[in-house]
Amino acid sequence: MTNANVKFKYIGKHRRAVEHRRFVVGEGNFAADIHLRGMLHVAIVASPYAHARIKSIDAIAALNIPGVHAVVTGKDLFTDTDPILPGVDAPQVKRYPMAVDIARYAGEWVVAVVADTRALAEDAAEFIDIDYEVLDHIVDPELAALTNSPLVHEAHGSNIIFNRKFTWGEVDQHFSECDHEISYRARWSRNSTVPIETFAVACSWNDAAQMMDVWASIQMPKFPDQLAKALRLDGNAVRVHFDVDVGGSYGVKRGLKHSILVAYLARKLNRPVRFVEDRLENMRGGDMQGPDRIFDVSMGFNSDGIIRSMRMRALDDIGAYSGRAPLQLGKPVGAIIGPYRIQSVEYEAIAVMTNKTPQEAVRGFGQAPTNYAIETGVDQIARFLNIDRIELRNKNLIGKDEFPYLIPSGTSYDSGDYETVLKKALNAAPYSELMIERDRLRNSGMLAGIGVSTCLEPSGGNSSFEPLFNPKNTTTTWMDSCLIRIDLSGSITALMGTSSAGQAHETLVSTVVGEVLDRQPDDIRVLHADSLNALPSNSPVGSRMAIMLGGAAAGAAKKLRNKLLKIASHNLGVEADSLEYAEGNFTSKFDPTKKITWAELVEIAHRKFHELPSDLEPGLQEKFVWEVPTGGLLPTEDGRVQMYPCHSFEAHVILASIDPDTGKVTIHQYICGHDCGVMISPDVVHGMTYGGIAHGLGAALLEKYSFSDEGQLLSGTFMDYLLPSSHEVPPITIVDHCTPSPLTEFGQKGSGEAGYLGSPAAIASAVNDALAPRGISINTLPMTPDAIWTALHEQVNELRSI
Amino acid sequence: MSKVAIQMTVNGTLYEKEVEPRMTLVDFIRDELGLTGTHVGCEHGVCGACSILLNDEPIRSCCIFAVQADGMKVTTVEGLAPSRGQLSKIQDAFCEKHALQCGFCTPGMLIACHDLIQRQPHPSQDEVREAISGNLCRCTGYQQIVDAVMHATACEDTTHD
Amino acid sequence: MKAAAFEYVCSENLDHALGVLDEIGAEAKLIAGGQSLVPMMSMRFARPSILVDINRLEELKQITPGDGFLRLGACVRQRVIEFDSSLDKTIPLVKKALQWVGHSQTRNRGTIGGSLVFADPSAELPLASLLLGASMHLQSAAEGSRVVGAADFFLGPMFTALTETECLVAIDLPVWSGPRIGSAFSEVSMRKGDFAMASAACQLQTAEDGVISLITIGVGGVNGSPTAFPEIAKEIIGKRLTPQIAQEIAEQAAKQCDPGSDTHVSARFRRSLAATLLARVMLEAVEDSINKR
Repeated sequence: MTNANVKFKYIGKHRRAVEHRRFVVGEGNFAADIHLRGMLHVAIVASPYAHARIKSIDAIAALNIPGVHAVVTGKDLFTDTDPILPGVDAPQVKRYPMAVDIARYAGEWVVAVVADTRALAEDAAEFIDIDYEVLDHIVDPELAALTNSPLVHEAHGSNIIFNRKFTWGEVDQHFSECDHEISYRARWSRNSTVPIETFAVACSWNDAAQMMDVWASIQMPKFPDQLAKALRLDGNAVRVHFDVDVGGSYGVKRGLKHSILVAYLARKLNRPVRFVEDRLENMRGGDMQGPDRIFDVSMGFNSDGIIRSMRMRALDDIGAYSGRAPLQLGKPVGAIIGPYRIQSVEYEAIAVMTNKTPQEAVRGFGQAPTNYAIETGVDQIARFLNIDRIELRNKNLIGKDEFPYLIPSGTSYDSGDYETVLKKALNAAPYSELMIERDRLRNSGMLAGIGVSTCLEPSGGNSSFEPLFNPKNTTTTWMDSCLIRIDLSGSITALMGTSSAGQAHETLVSTVVGEVLDRQPDDIRVLHADSLNALPSNSPVGSRMAIMLGGAAAGAAKKLRNKLLKIASHNLGVEADSLEYAEGNFTSKFDPTKKITWAELVEIAHRKFHELPSDLEPGLQEKFVWEVPTGGLLPTEDGRVQMYPCHSFEAHVILASIDPDTGKVTIHQYICGHDCGVMISPDVVHGMTYGGIAHGLGAALLEKYSFSDEGQLLSGTFMDYLLPSSHEVPPITIVDHCTPSPLTEFGQKGSGEAGYLGSPAAIASAVNDALAPRGISINTLPMTPDAIWTALHEQVNELRSI
Repeated sequence: MSKVAIQMTVNGTLYEKEVEPRMTLVDFIRDELGLTGTHVGCEHGVCGACSILLNDEPIRSCCIFAVQADGMKVTTVEGLAPSRGQLSKIQDAFCEKHALQCGFCTPGMLIACHDLIQRQPHPSQDEVREAISGNLCRCTGYQQIVDAVMHATACEDTTHD
Repeated sequence: MKAAAFEYVCSENLDHALGVLDEIGAEAKLIAGGQSLVPMMSMRFARPSILVDINRLEELKQITPGDGFLRLGACVRQRVIEFDSSLDKTIPLVKKALQWVGHSQTRNRGTIGGSLVFADPSAELPLASLLLGASMHLQSAAEGSRVVGAADFFLGPMFTALTETECLVAIDLPVWSGPRIGSAFSEVSMRKGDFAMASAACQLQTAEDGVISLITIGVGGVNGSPTAFPEIAKEIIGKRLTPQIAQEIAEQAAKQCDPGSDTHVSARFRRSLAATLLARVMLEAVEDSINKR
């Protein structure tokens, strides 16, 4: 692993994650582990219909069951809470935790039953009598976009909640100048990250203090204040405990509706209440499904393979309500050309509502489907021109000397060396042997192909897609923070202001602080503050924490080190720049006997005010609140904006075979070249990359939320929604490269979404390379055995060339 | 419905409780005994997060009622460490090889790996993948879990187990 | 997903269990491994008012050799069969089928009887027992014992000849003896361990000159219950199984199937899969028989 020119002591080294200590002995602190005295439990009654008016709800029999404390409906929430509004300008598309008057998807929560136990609540739920009037429903997104289809939200007047076409550069002109053009449709079916832990939330209301305590399996920016707002409470009346371990999220655990419901119940009943979604509730009604997109793409290119321009229309079926989903069409604007030198882009983003489970933010926030759509085109161009796919990519990849590279939609890519990463991945395979093996497989009667994808991983997060998609929302702050204390005993404690879901933030922060203060990371304790004593944070989204939390921790640590330096210089009577620092001790460069130790510095700071420089506060504590680098700018009129600051990159190389009689895909080799700049915790980065590839494999081959024509979810259990096991995920080789970011303290870029952003494209590339000799391709995910077999036996060619 | 008196030895401790017959073993372990290390992921026998050892065999504790385990011996993740402050070989290997991230599937995964090593002290990578194929993980992509088991079983020293 | 309330009875002997069934009828259910039943109860698809636990009935856990057959108690754990190498020679088809059944954790609790009684159309053990012409021993308090052949036992999806007061107590699996007996079991599923999209099985015996002297073939997952093809199988006797003949036979058999579609698999694909797999297992079984000279 190349490390630029800097030698680190702790950064970039193998280190056991701090978090492991509690997880391997079963001492994790998950939301379902929270036990509060007198706690009550919730079960849900969900709508069986995709679209229906709720005419009446009879709960009398349920309420008469001993141990049942309350039955609550959407009407109660409508009266007593504020609605959850979309991130786009559509004030008529309101959402409450439960259906109000109208149920808009099968599985939407209609009634909440509160009882002494979950089992009893489920018993009582069976006695709830609901009278529905079935209404016309719409499930097909293309039909839903038409004006004559049933409306999901009548008051909004249309099923289209967002529609904007962006034109960046001379698209028409470039297309007319190009030698060739291809058009194709790529379909990313609805899937999601489906953590093994469902969403769980426990709330306790304190009447005397007028405060709501919340423990939730949450991964969401602005969660405490949005919760307070919905409950009509002051911000400082809600205390969210961020030290709850989250059992995986990868974007989706925005359980705002769950939390509003439970907090409301806790206050209403003046008893602690806990709701743990069961898997059925989660799959159907947890509102955590992911992008569901139809891409219609055209690319203009020359005979030499240079791709000049692209038109992309992305239609996303967001389901019956809007969470972050439309904005997931916005983030990809920041990497809309991928790693290529495409000069102009027309991008039309359409978010349409249907009577289905709503979407939520999913790992990559829309970048993975977009990368899939782009890479599909690149491979098709290669086949069209009969140019090797790798050669074609190399012709178009932005060169390492071209950074910072400004893309047509306004984002500047900070740094990269795409060609080298791709080459490293190819060499690791090695590519020549993959070809030999591919040919051997083909000769044995199998279909076989090599897949390649070269994809951007924007990282660092930024709110810029919010004002981009909703000009009324002029927000530009996207920050993170860290507070570090050195106590009287000289121990270091750092405080972070958000929850973690497996990203090993405690390890990240202690490594960074240890690096800057040159103290043992394992001795540095990192705590999760609660929302009332936390500094501002935007939580771990958009692959931002290595950059932002790492940056904030470094910033606070540097301030502390500086303070220690001042104390040392003052007490040794020498200039600050004549002192050398090592492991917490300062020594004069010119006179080694002039030395002051960590323990002495701590004593002075905490107990010897008379020896403290006059401009310093007592004690040793510093905070650092950091705005995202390159952030702070609103979009231009034509929708150009700096999206994320740093850009990681991945190159996948895969060898796969297909049994033509069964349609089953076997992946024989999987190599991922990865560059996220300096890795602070390589084990953590690798882990998330492996996991991201597994997610991508699921999306590419196995996972789909299928709905019937009646809007019924057909894949609502783990028997039908298929998560890859250790048999389906192959052994994976990761090859690292390091192109540091000029924007961060250590050169680190983010990488929480690594692997996922490039693997569906790569697997599709391999499958289509295998199918190419038969003259067919598949441009719909997932590529199931049935889909592959059907394509082989119907010889459907989805490639249309102009 | 009336409760039934049951006895169970869990991680070496004998417990006597009265439970509803419909309470699953995983709910019993978590809610009655307060051993929340074992997790609930799906409640229909697919994800394996609830895996425990019942009379030394790994099973899905969401697919058995507590009353059925009356008089039996149960080992959960909390019972894998040889003593307080120490880790078993496989627990230690998980830490060394970064075989976990969010920790939610980890208890079940450790049970599956523990059982494999008991039966097969030097498994191949394929055997590891087979042994953990009934435990779903969404964080790790399984690679580092396999690495951990290979690491744990590579050393000749078996004093930790 | 908490089960509806029920009363629990742990039987110490078979008569007791049968007595409860006799008294209560359809509201009572036997539980053995529970790997299928408990999830169904958690989802409240199954709601017995009394659950009769037969896991402790030693009398149902015996493996007893008979004359030309092996008697497996219905409560013999799948794992016990899996790990008993002496069964490789006597019931190889069942052993091979077991490799595809669930995961090790489910096989630790799951029983052979449970799988047969649950009768999922794509389950492996029903297919294997059908092809072997197994005999099911059923017993009830009121009617006593009766024996039902596998062909008459599997009546449709999740539906067998077992009445609501009966318990499957044992399964007699015919044991083929002699040289050159080969078997093969194959299935295609979305993930390993999932229910099969289609499965196929074959057991045969070849003569010294390579012609087929005995054969049984069948498919699973393509009809409401596992399907054997005794008539087609008869035609193969005395012939040599070449890839071409295997393909023809497999297609002939597949034509007789009436598969359904679901989220993952279309009917057409399922039928094709059945044919593909059936051809493959026949050839594999021949290969296997040659190795067992």
